[in-house]
Amino acid sequence: MAYARKDRGLLEPRPITARVGVIENADGSAFFKIGRTAAYAAVYGPRDLYPRALQNPRRAVLRTHYNMMPFSSVGERVRQGPKRRSIEISLVTEKALLPVLELEAYPNTAIDVFIELLQADAGSRAAGICAASMALAHAGIEMKDLVAAIAVGKVGGELVVDLEYEEEAFEGEVADIPIAMIPSTGEISLLQMDGPISKQELLKAISLAKPVLERIVKIQREALKDYYKSV
Amino acid sequence: MFINKESLLKMLDKGLRLDGRGLLQFRNLEFELGVIDTAEGSARVKLGNTEVFAGVKLSIEQPFPDTPDEGILMVEANLIPLSNARFELGPPSVEAIEVSRVIDRAIREGKAIDLKKLVITPGEKVWSVSIDIVPINYDGNLIDVGCLAAMLALKNTVFPSVDENGKIDYKHKTNKTLPLREWPVIITLHKVGKHLLLDVNEHEERLSDCRLSVAVMKDNRLCALQKGGDKPLTMRDIDEMLNIAIDKSEELRKKLEVYS
Repeated sequence: MAYARKDRGLLEPRPITARVGVIENADGSAFFKIGRTAAYAAVYGPRDLYPRALQNPRRAVLRTHYNMMPFSSVGERVRQGPKRRSIEISLVTEKALLPVLELEAYPNTAIDVFIELLQADAGSRAAGICAASMALAHAGIEMKDLVAAIAVGKVGGELVVDLEYEEEAFEGEVADIPIAMIPSTGEISLLQMDGPISKQELLKAISLAKPVLERIVKIQREALKDYYKSV
Repeated sequence: MFINKESLLKMLDKGLRLDGRGLLQFRNLEFELGVIDTAEGSARVKLGNTEVFAGVKLSIEQPFPDTPDEGILMVEANLIPLSNARFELGPPSVEAIEVSRVIDRAIREGKAIDLKKLVITPGEKVWSVSIDIVPINYDGNLIDVGCLAAMLALKNTVFPSVDENGKIDYKHKTNKTLPLREWPVIITLHKVGKHLLLDVNEHEERLSDCRLSVAVMKDNRLCALQKGGDKPLTMRDIDEMLNIAIDKSEELRKKLEVYS
């Protein structure tokens, strides 16, 4: 029997909520929840960067930090401190955000982005990127566009959008493909993959992400507009 | 020889590269297996001036609680300062972590090793396979070269003997080899301006806009991807990079025909 989901279609993302201005102390902040995966992002900056040797006279230095809160995992407690996984995710998140930022507008400064997962049920790097791009916009950083992200993949022989943990751990072949897109140009700023898939299916899976990413960016924009309506 | 990006782009427009290669041409490949006596398996790979050792050490460990019926696989790349002026002493850099994790992903997701066959007592004792990748001269493209060296080292690995108390006797090797069932090959393509480059050297790597690493299996299906670098990719770039990666993985496999 073909693979099917109990509560949603294969190409349907989980319910999404998004808010900005959730952390008073930060220059910009956002909350992005998709299904049970929930991410906070805070932006501090542009701010002074020390030691001065780290400063770049041409542009701001973007520093992105991804972390899972200790109680955020389905399984065991998440030990804190830098680990290979979180260091790599911080790196690819930074690269996913970089193309939309006008860092040249803020020479010699640092823009720090902190992403914390409150709870994670797969798709945490994508949720983190969605939250971070909203937080950057909320901080008033000059940007060309927002960035939206989602995971697509292949579970039980079927192409799916927005995998959850149970699906990542599915017995048999699973491909998990996190993607981030810049909606105005259609360019891809994050692309990773775990698991076997043919080239044709991979391209199909990426094309399935597109309408969902467009929907996510609408939700992100609405959240930003709602915030400014309320102030 | 150093040139700036503008000059490199001018050369690439004419289809030229600093070392005289075509844009989609590998550097010269050399490799040998079984080069380290103290490792259970090893290989040396030299692609152009990037020269890498990979060594496999085996040990008996408790399995991870979430995979009681699987052996353990670990991959680590060590960017030692001996191999390049740019590398520093200290804990693994972000770059080293990314290289390690991308190669790990290709080998793990490609199911290169049948980890289920590495179980001694389920939930208690399993074989652990540690692959260490160490460049001794770094000149770009470490993900591809490192993955190749790791796979050759796995191919070369034999189990050490185990005494009646279950203790490993590293001095006495058996002739039992690892349960390998797939051979993922990573092909990384760099985008520089509008050009795609294969097997970049360090200088080209520094001037690259972005890259896509594609892990290709024997049947030409893909098992891992990693986009790197600052600039984004278009769907057309991705399509073209996947096609080239699949072609080039076949070309690389032919060079290894004796083994894979």
